[in-house]
This record gives sequence, structure tokens and C-alpha cells, in this order.
Amino acid sequence: MSKRRVWALLAVFALVLVACGDDEGDGGGATGGDGGGDITVGVSWNNYNEERWAKWDEPAIKEALEAGGATYISSDAGSSAEQQLADVENLISQGANALIILAQDSEAIGPAVQSALEQGIPVIAYDRLIEDPGALYITFDNVEVGRMQASAVYEQVPKGNYVFIKGNAADPNADFLRSGQQEVLQEALDSGDIVNVGESYTDNWDPAVAQTNMEQFLTENNNDVQAVVASNDGTAGGVVAALEAQGLAGEVAVSGQDGDLAALNRVASGTQTVSVWKDARLLGAAAGEAAVLLAQGTPLEEIPDTVIFESPGGNQMVSILLTPEPITQDNLDVVVDAGWISVDELCQGVKAGTVEVCG
Amino acid sequence: MAETEITTTEREPEAQPEDEPRPRSFREMLRSAEIDGRLAGMLIALAIIWVGFHFLSGGTFFTPRNLWNLSVQTSVVAIMATGMVLIIVERHIDLSVGALMAAVGMVMGLLQNDWLPRAIGFDHPWTWVISLVAGLVLGALIGGFQGGIIAYLGVPSFIVTLGGFLVWRGVAWWLASGQTIAPMDSNFRLLGGGAEGTIGGTWSWIVGGLACVGIVALQVMKRRQRAKYGFRLRPFWVEIALGVFACAAVLGAVAFLNRYYLPPLLAEQRGAPPGAQISLGLAFPVLITLAVTVLMTFLATRRRFGRYVYAIGGNPEAAELAGIKTKRTVLRTFMLMGALVGLAGAVQIARLNAAVSSLGTGMELSVIAAAVIGGTSFSGGIGTIPGAVLGALVMQSLVSGMVLMGVEAPLQDIVVGAVLVAAVTLDTIIRRRAT
Repeated sequence: MSKRRVWALLAVFALVLVACGDDEGDGGGATGGDGGGDITVGVSWNNYNEERWAKWDEPAIKEALEAGGATYISSDAGSSAEQQLADVENLISQGANALIILAQDSEAIGPAVQSALEQGIPVIAYDRLIEDPGALYITFDNVEVGRMQASAVYEQVPKGNYVFIKGNAADPNADFLRSGQQEVLQEALDSGDIVNVGESYTDNWDPAVAQTNMEQFLTENNNDVQAVVASNDGTAGGVVAALEAQGLAGEVAVSGQDGDLAALNRVASGTQTVSVWKDARLLGAAAGEAAVLLAQGTPLEEIPDTVIFESPGGNQMVSILLTPEPITQDNLDVVVDAGWISVDELCQGVKAGTVEVCG
Repeated sequence: MAETEITTTEREPEAQPEDEPRPRSFREMLRSAEIDGRLAGMLIALAIIWVGFHFLSGGTFFTPRNLWNLSVQTSVVAIMATGMVLIIVERHIDLSVGALMAAVGMVMGLLQNDWLPRAIGFDHPWTWVISLVAGLVLGALIGGFQGGIIAYLGVPSFIVTLGGFLVWRGVAWWLASGQTIAPMDSNFRLLGGGAEGTIGGTWSWIVGGLACVGIVALQVMKRRQRAKYGFRLRPFWVEIALGVFACAAVLGAVAFLNRYYLPPLLAEQRGAPPGAQISLGLAFPVLITLAVTVLMTFLATRRRFGRYVYAIGGNPEAAELAGIKTKRTVLRTFMLMGALVGLAGAVQIARLNAAVSSLGTGMELSVIAAAVIGGTSFSGGIGTIPGAVLGALVMQSLVSGMVLMGVEAPLQDIVVGAVLVAAVTLDTIIRRRAT
């Protein structure tokens, strides 16, 4: 869409700026890497502007590469699938021996991945799927996230009426999550201990839509709802707002994922049961280590901890599926110790004496 | 709903001698009563939708609770639709309202969650006023900026606001790097309704009563005015019937909504005796919507600004030649739209108790659709504000009714899209026959 075009335009501007100001020293992002080490790993970001990449992912990748004696080079496609094709070629001509690609588009990146593989350069699909069985897929296990959401809620509410607030219908992750949730709850649903009293997708994962849907489910069931399995923290926020209006916040179990700061605050104050947290640093470290191994010539199958994942496109992908961590009131110290959130942010408005971390 | 009674026809009837011959056919009778046919048609359509969903959803639709929800859920789109009518009447369009709402909402969220607390502390009694005013002013400024480019530099509004659609969404993201800002100030949250943000049963009756008095007073004034200038008058019995019907509708709506009581859990928390039934009454977002509807209708039909807007929409060249400052009027319309976006954004983040960068995604289309279902014509010069509010209500009724029935989101989109085209097609055919 035209959004991409705008980004492409901005990228051109950025390039001009970089070209003009690159006389002294190396710029930040795309630095050439012929610094002695015999392994160079190229990372192609689809859009470096998102906060998490700079804050969590990139440092972890760099650290893992340094430990393996490899050099880090990178490029940013500015959300443009076309730009990313050029980026990958660039990284190869800069001498990359392995590529880590966060794909803008899992299909459109195909040709670049093919040509890299033909040149004997291994490719890692980072966080987002690339439909090519030659690539190593590293991500958090979304089905597992769904299982964790359902288990945390089920533990608290083994009997009762459940509402399912799913993600965007067009996002495959929404269905991965839902299938994980179903797995855990199937038995209880079959036995009639829990009843599915409402289920809907949420357009664009929009919290306001989730709120409206939740209001309707509460109306339909005359507030007789004991648990809500919401697929991420944004929609969980909408759900909790709807519950608050009925005085049910804290009475009804609610799930989420992402470790959003606002959601962790809700977990601390007891209005949300669980936020499944995916520590991006683990992802970065795994990718860095795997890249070094692959560059040294290790075949895909011999990379440790891999499993075979069947992609929606029917490819058998060699994958590393990391396990996320469910954060509840009992283990909030994990996110604090990890430096993910400060105690002040976590405990804003939390009553003293209710949660250990908040004192 | 009360907003249907403040309608006024925008066409001035030609001066005629007073005593009309007795109406012979039903159509003639309608004409002599000067009932806006489109508005009446929409009310009937709405009634059909409500009754239909009531049966399809197994009796949960036409309940005080659901209609109360519906009134709150409609507010945000309705507030913006009142401004969009004037923009479309001027033959322009504003595609940036959803994105702008996100950007302004994010500023208001940061203001009360982050910036102000540093200076004056969290939950300060002035926080909500400062945030709200900042949102309105910022919205008006940005709207005015876009309107300036459109009016004075002659860039098509489609392009300018398409740019805005991208820019403001990006700005909303940048402001907090995509983070969700929560919670909101506790006074500010009242703007969004919820169990606290209502005026209670007694005040709802008072508001209903005042609305009734207002309707009758308007009727009397209008009748006098017309008599004074020798315009045709409605038959007296029609006038009485309309007044009684409008008052009954308003008071009936209040009585019905007042039967939605405070949820028992919350009543307990407030220390009410068990089993007590405390009416929630009208919610603040609904009152805001009603006030905006009345004010905007007044502005559009009784002020020079409004007449200019319709004149420009009817024929831009003629308006210019007649000495209307068209550029200034267009700029002001976009400014007004911006302020309304700010207001709607305040209601939305208050309701959600969070500011998110995805706020209002796709809402520009709902707003435009509400205006169009409400009878606003893209060829300019035609459209009423109560119609747009009613249009928003029709759309939201469809959506929440389908959620009650458990219809999945993609199918909801299909139905709403089909209804939009069908409604406008019907309207076009009827209009063509009438002329």
C-alpha cells in the first residue's frame, strides 16, 4: 500500500543523509564488517524503528555473535518488501556468511532467500516465518502461548462460563493461539465443566473493538461469565475496561500476552490473571548462536534444540521454538529482575501488601 | 432517542397563503406536516433492525441494558459524524479522522498519565480539564492546518487528509514508541461512561423534561416566526401530534434506559442495601453526543457559518461570486472537525481507560458511512446532522446486534458493507423519483 511507499521515500531521504554525513567514522546501523573475524553475520531488519528491536533484540544478537567471534552488519528496509530484497543482496556483497532476516513479508522475501541459499549462505527466519524449507525458523511458540493462556485461566477457574476474545482474523497467529487454547480446554469443554458462551475475532487487535465485544457478551450472558481467554494484552485491556464497568474486574480471570507494561500493572493489581511474556533477548541470543554455527558449516538438522514445524504453506521447517513464560502475580519478580519493567511502573496504584514485589 | 426531535428541514418552503386545502392523499398529508421523509424512513428502518435483532438474539437486544450499551458505543462515531456531514456537504472529505484521533488521544493520554503527574501529581482535580482542553485545541489546530492547505493552497482534500491518515498514525506511534498508555485520570474517565460516568435516574428525568420543554418551545417559536412572515403553517393538529410524539419518545427513552440498574456487585461496594435498584441514568458520552448534535444543528441551520457551508456545497462558484468567503469557511469547517475529533478521542480513551496507537483504526470509514447512511450526499449541499447521528446508531445497532447473535467479524463487515450500499442506493432512487 501507499504506506510502504511513504516509508520507501523516507528511506531514500535517510540514505541521502547518511551519504552526506558519513565522512568520519562509522555510522550506527549499517557498518561494513571486514574487521579481522572470519565470520560475518548480516541482519536484515524489516523496520528498525520499532522500539523492541533496538532495545532488546539487537544487543542480544550482537552479544551472541561477539561470543562466537563473528562480526555484525545490518540493514533496515523501512517496512518495504522491495527494499528488503535489495538489502539482502547488499549484505551478501558486503561479505556476510550467514543471514538473519526479519521478513517484512513471508512470501515476497522468497527470491532473496533462494539466491542466498544457492550461494551457500545459510538463512535464519527471525521471529516471522519465511516460507522456504531451506531456512531455519526461530520464534516463540505461538501455540504454546495459547496453551499457557488457557492453563493459567483454567487453573483459577476450573468450572464456569468462558469467553474467547481472539486476535485479528487475517493474522495466522490468531488461530495458532486459539488452537493452543482449545487443546488445553478441550477436555473440560467436552465434560461440560466449562462452557464457551461467546467467541469473536478482534479487528486489527483493536482494544476498543474487544471492549465492545466483551460488553455484548456480558449483556448476552447477564454477567454470568467467570473467565475470559483474551489473546493479547491489548485486547485484555479492552476486556478489563468492560469488566470494570460491571464491577467484575478482578472477579473474572483474564489472560493476555506480550508483557505490555500496562498489562503487567494490571497483573500486579489483580485485574488480569496472566500475561504470557516473550523475552526478545532469548530470541536474539538463540539466533546469534545459530548463525555462528550455520556459518561454520553445521547442517540445519544438527543445530541443537530444533524441531520440525509444519508451516501454513505446507513446508517442513527446521525450527527453534522458544518457550515463553507466563507472568502471574506469583512471579512478577521475573520481569523486574530482567529489567523489563521498573518497580514504579509495575506497582503504580497497587494496594500495599497485596503483591510481594510491590511491598 | 432524543436526537431525532431536533431536526429541521433545510429547504425553505416558498411563501404561500395560509390556509392549505385539506390534504387528500397520505403523501400530501406528509408533505403538509413537513416531516422529513428520509429521517422518518431511517427511524422505521432502525425500529425494524431493533425488533429483528430482538427476536434473532433470543430477547437480549431490546433490553434497557443493551440499549444503554448501544447508546454509549455509538457516541464516538456519532460525535465525529456531525462534523463529517458539513465537510461532505462542502464537497470535501476527511480521511484523517481516525489517525488524528489516535494522535490527539495519545497526547491526552500522555498528558494525564505522564507529563502532568510530574508537575502536579497523578489524579489532580484539574488534570481532566487541562487534558480535554489540550485535546480540543490540538485537534482544532491540526484540523485547521489541513483545512488551510486545502482551502488556500487548493490541494484536494482527499490528498491532504490521505497524507494526514498516514502522518498522524505515525505520530501516534512515535509519541510513545507504540506503548499502551494506561491508566487514565479518574475524573477524566467519567467522560467515557462506565458505571461511574452517568448522571443517575433523577437527573435523567430532569434532562428528559428539559428536552421536552425545549422541543415545545422550538415548535411555538417556529410557528410564530412563520405566521409573522406569512409562510405556510402545519395544520394545528399535526403540530400537536408531533409535539406529543416527540415528548413521548424522549420520556419513553429515559424511562426505558432508567430501568438499567447499577450492577449488584458495584451497588454492594457503594454500600447500598442488597437488592437495591439504582438507576444508572444517561451516560456522559451520550449527553456529550446529544449536546454536540444540538449545537451542531444550531450552527448548521441557524448561523451564517452553516448557511455558507450549504451554499458552498450547493454551488461553489455561485457562493464565491455571491461574496461568501469560501476559503475561510472551508478552513473553519476542518477546524471544527478537528476539535470534534479531539472530543471523540477523549471519550474513546476515557472509555478504554488507555491510550493506544491503534486507536480509531478504520474509524474514518465508519464516520463517513454514518454520514452517508444519514442522507448526506457526496454531490454536495445536502445532509443533516441528526441524520448522521441516526446513521451512526443504525451502523452500531447492526454491529452489536450481530455480536449478540455470535456472528463472526468478517461476516459482520460483509453485512455492514452491503447495508451501506443498499441504503444509499435506495435513497438515490427515491430522490430521483421525487424530483
